[in-house]
Amino acid sequence: MSPILSVDHAGVRFGGLVAIADLHFDVQPGEIVSLIGPNGAGKTTAFNVMTGFLKPSQGEVRFRGTSLKGLQPHEITRLGLARTFQRTSVFADDTVFDNVMIGLHRQGGRMSRAPLLDALLGRAGASERALRERAAALIDWVGLSARAQERAGALAYGEQRLVGVALALATEPAMLLLDEPVSGMNASETRVFVRLIRQIRERGITVLLVEHDMPMVMEVSDRIVVLNYGRLIAEGPPAAIRSDPAVIEAYLGQGSAARRAAAEAQGCEAQGSVSEAAHA
Amino acid sequence: MSRLLPLALLAALVALPLALGPSPYLLNALIVTGILTIGALSLNLLLGFTGQLSLGHIAFFGIGAYVSALTSLGFEVDLGFGYRIVHEPWPAAVGFGLATLAAGACGWLIGRLSFRVRGAYFVIVTISFAEVVRLVALNWVELTQGPLALTGIPAITLGLPGIGTWTLRTKLQNYYLVLAVGTLCWLVVARLVGSRFGRAMRGLKENESLALSVGINATRTLTVAAVISAAMAGAAGSLYAHYLRIIDPDVFAFTTTVSMVIMVVAGGKGTLMGPVVGGLIFGLLPVALRPVMAPEAQWIVYGLVLIVILFVMPRGIVPGLADLVRRRPARPAPVLEPSPVVQR
Repeated sequence: MSPILSVDHAGVRFGGLVAIADLHFDVQPGEIVSLIGPNGAGKTTAFNVMTGFLKPSQGEVRFRGTSLKGLQPHEITRLGLARTFQRTSVFADDTVFDNVMIGLHRQGGRMSRAPLLDALLGRAGASERALRERAAALIDWVGLSARAQERAGALAYGEQRLVGVALALATEPAMLLLDEPVSGMNASETRVFVRLIRQIRERGITVLLVEHDMPMVMEVSDRIVVLNYGRLIAEGPPAAIRSDPAVIEAYLGQGSAARRAAAEAQGCEAQGSVSEAAHA
Repeated sequence: MSRLLPLALLAALVALPLALGPSPYLLNALIVTGILTIGALSLNLLLGFTGQLSLGHIAFFGIGAYVSALTSLGFEVDLGFGYRIVHEPWPAAVGFGLATLAAGACGWLIGRLSFRVRGAYFVIVTISFAEVVRLVALNWVELTQGPLALTGIPAITLGLPGIGTWTLRTKLQNYYLVLAVGTLCWLVVARLVGSRFGRAMRGLKENESLALSVGINATRTLTVAAVISAAMAGAAGSLYAHYLRIIDPDVFAFTTTVSMVIMVVAGGKGTLMGPVVGGLIFGLLPVALRPVMAPEAQWIVYGLVLIVILFVMPRGIVPGLADLVRRRPARPAPVLEPSPVVQR
């Protein structure tokens, strides 16, 4: 089976600072893959590269065989690769319902040839009704029906995350990138979210997530990709990752020995400064 | 807000001249206020719904005025190299259409140029654009008569072949023309805002990254908004030219843009009725104050009224009154942030 997403030797540097270096991994259709690593390992940077918010300095990302090189974020979304955000995951001033209506921007049957004209002449009624039904169904699916008419910015943090997921799902993605979806959630909220991730996969959507919550990652992932200092240090099923010495060192051995080892492994002055920055 | 309020206001405005009686002074004030309010409506589409401040909005208004005037007056211009453009006068109604199109085209150009970098850059580009256009109008004397002004601009003639024609010369006719165009512009904004396109604008204003991530094309959405906004301002400019029958480069005055911004912000930006309410209040305030105080004092009161409104209702009159009606505190509920301990 050909991979749905391939990160092909991608690298990002901000000036002399290497955020990710030569990152190379594939995600197969239908998988739940987690991208983990200590703070500053480059996980969010990798997400931003995959979704067009950052241009890689080298390498490229391919989605369903299409190179994402030079594509704008909205164009990548239209190819079927959606994402959520770590912090601001909602349109705070709008109701939950209106949030999802905004998320349905590209949906609604066949797009009219002149949507603006239709809007001006009031001809969009039928497609608007269909959109409203879909928005209600999506809100119901993530379990926020009772909150539909509340201002999204006033919701609890965990609920805002659910709105973010509903927004991403509204774009009808083939693959969903979740950026730290359960950070700030308590244990029971996290359990609900794990179930939601599985249900997302059952909809036929491939999931790649960045997460710090190790028990959650170990529970939900088919496969885990570990980054440290912008480099891939391990890749495999949860059981293998748990006992991988490089991973254990990256997470536990953050003393001077680990730092020296990392600096030696990278063997470059510029990258040495990254590790300093990452630990600062 | 209730759907009945705009209708009630429209009915009141239709009936107003009957109540006022034949007072040319008041009618004139109402017409000019109405034209400025159309400008404020168009500015609100950008400032209120996309969050982009066009401080050169008067450029589109002035371009509309000049295009309309020149189309209906005719002109003869020497382009050099032996090329001459001779334009015979066309009907004023055609001028109105061309003014709308020309201003819209300028909106497209400005949108294309400046929406790749937004915020402060957009403000600067629009101010510069307005100043350049003003200088062209001032110095291209062969075309615009420069400071001598374009005079004898014909009034708009409406008509259908076989039915008859009406030339709108009187103030009362112009009042209803401005009211009709204003209502149309208001309906266009209302329809747009309630549509998919309106939701895209709102999304971009509230959270641009998130809007991009759900597939909204920022540059296209903002450019379309700029085109429609500029076209409406151009239509208002055309009405102005055919009503006053004389225009000079002073139509590009920066203070007129400021007036429009005040109307939008005081009325309530990002609301449908805000620019209308703000436009009527600040357009007619000088008229109301004139009998009771000296001109210098009028401007002080004008400023005080603005300060008081924004102090009492920081989001503008319309949202402020809507909150009062709902008897709810105007303060939005606090946004819940993750606790720092759990976040990292």
